[in-house]
Amino acid sequence: MRRFVAKNRLLSFALGFVALQVLLAVAAPLVSPHSPFAQVMAQRMQGPNLLNWLGTDQLGRDVFARILYGYRTSLLTCVTAVGLALVVGGTLGMLAAYYRGWFDRILMRFMDVLFAFPILLLAIGVIAVLGPNMWSAAIAIAIVYTPIFARLLRGPALVICESEYVMGAKAIGASDARIIFAHLLPNLASVVLVQTSLLLSAAILVEASLSFLGLGAQPPVPSLGLMLSEGRNFLMLSPWPAIFAGFAILFLSFGFNLLGDALRDTLDPRLRGQDQ
Amino acid sequence: MRTRFLFSRLADLAFVLFGVSIIVFLMIRLVPGDAVAIMLGANTDITPERVAELRGRLGLDLPFYVQYFNWIGGVLQGDFGTSIWTGRPVAQEIGAHIWPTLQLTLLSVAVGAGLSIPIGCFMAQARGRGIEVAVRVGAIAGLTIPSFWLGIVSIFLLAKLLPGVSALGYVPFTQDPLGNLQRMILPVIALSLPMLANLSRLVRSAMLDALSQDYIRTAKAKGASQRLIVYKHALRNALIPFITSVGVMTGYLLGGAIVVEQVFAIPGLGRLVLGAIAERNYPLVQATILVMTSAFVIVNFLVDLLYAVIDPRVAQK
Repeated sequence: MRRFVAKNRLLSFALGFVALQVLLAVAAPLVSPHSPFAQVMAQRMQGPNLLNWLGTDQLGRDVFARILYGYRTSLLTCVTAVGLALVVGGTLGMLAAYYRGWFDRILMRFMDVLFAFPILLLAIGVIAVLGPNMWSAAIAIAIVYTPIFARLLRGPALVICESEYVMGAKAIGASDARIIFAHLLPNLASVVLVQTSLLLSAAILVEASLSFLGLGAQPPVPSLGLMLSEGRNFLMLSPWPAIFAGFAILFLSFGFNLLGDALRDTLDPRLRGQDQ
Repeated sequence: MRTRFLFSRLADLAFVLFGVSIIVFLMIRLVPGDAVAIMLGANTDITPERVAELRGRLGLDLPFYVQYFNWIGGVLQGDFGTSIWTGRPVAQEIGAHIWPTLQLTLLSVAVGAGLSIPIGCFMAQARGRGIEVAVRVGAIAGLTIPSFWLGIVSIFLLAKLLPGVSALGYVPFTQDPLGNLQRMILPVIALSLPMLANLSRLVRSAMLDALSQDYIRTAKAKGASQRLIVYKHALRNALIPFITSVGVMTGYLLGGAIVVEQVFAIPGLGRLVLGAIAERNYPLVQATILVMTSAFVIVNFLVDLLYAVIDPRVAQK
């Protein structure tokens, strides 16, 4: 394993970069000396200093603490959403590829319709129905990503279903469940890993957009998108909260994108140099 | 063959639009609890009569399929119902807000797609180890920079560097063409950057692919100039995946426009739909989503047709 990582410098960098951010989010109370909610009115809108490493916001709350807890909100929302979409969409795509026929046709037609909506617009529609909060945002992102996973996994799954070893398994009388779990799923693992990472990167931007628009996590929950929209109102007085929140979103999304890219190169050398 | 292709694509288009209309129609019916009571919301003088009156006006007391056909029949005639609060026709509200969004999206598509071709070609030709990694990282950064953040930072920088220039708001092109374009510069940059990053990467890999083909070697052998080879022979073939992506990216831009409008205080469809959500004006939310999604679906339909024109093999399949 160590040799494997050493051989892939881009992958190890991406892994480290993502792991660092996830760790900061998980260990937020240990890392940050301040609470993300504590308001110190005497120290409002400070620039970066020794006491508040990244400064304070318009209510005198520590920006560094809010960013760490914002990472938590962002990761919790996006991991839940992408996980849900992967389980539901991935399962549907795999079953469609395995059973083909009318199930495949009806399902993929339905997915086509969901796919027809611009991503953010569908998410906004879902939130309009559920009411704006963090979990609505998670469900909205999950619904938007379900058809994407279904399509992404159906293609490779179709190829595997046509392969000789699946034919062989069928010939010796393996059950559907056995073929799906023992043959289909393990062979899809690399596609799943790469796409989950890339889609997480995009989901982080969608989540940030939604909370920026006031449709995601609601105040006082620390959220990166919300920090940006609040910071925007005080931009001329103190640009720091908006600037740092933006960098946080950028780093998080960038990390997962790089990770997905590097994973693709490592797991499937045939795809090296291709972008889609 | 051509007509058969056209008809099958038209059938797909009709089906997808029908599906989209069903989902948008169901939205208001899926609101947990009583949508009508929620819509009336903070109004203190809610009486059962008022609720019943609004329910009747929205047609919510009819059977589902009757409701759908009434609604879609109206939509097809340009009647999206009336806005609950202002009492104005929803179509009129949309008409008043559609131009800024349309202009912003079209300009961004033009800038993003237009610039990505020369940049992608350059990247494909200047392929070197160090540059390749730098460009790759740069392109991923372009993809992952939140456009709204870019917008906010650019507003801040502009205010610091050129304090007198206003970057916010919107003036119709017909009123003040210069002021209109001036205010569009920053939003278009913010909105088109992710598309530019994405498409440049795509053009680069499509060009690398095309440049390694046999016909390029033939062109070189007969002494064609590098310029002619790149822009005529390779680019034409590289354009096929490019055009599909432009169609797909238009959807991202329509979504992104909602956010960028909010940043730059542009009174477009994005602001309209957000305001409508805030005041639980469901007919307006429905209509805006339906209009924007249909536009996206039709753009992709046209892209499909264009695809068949550029590459006749597509229509033959």
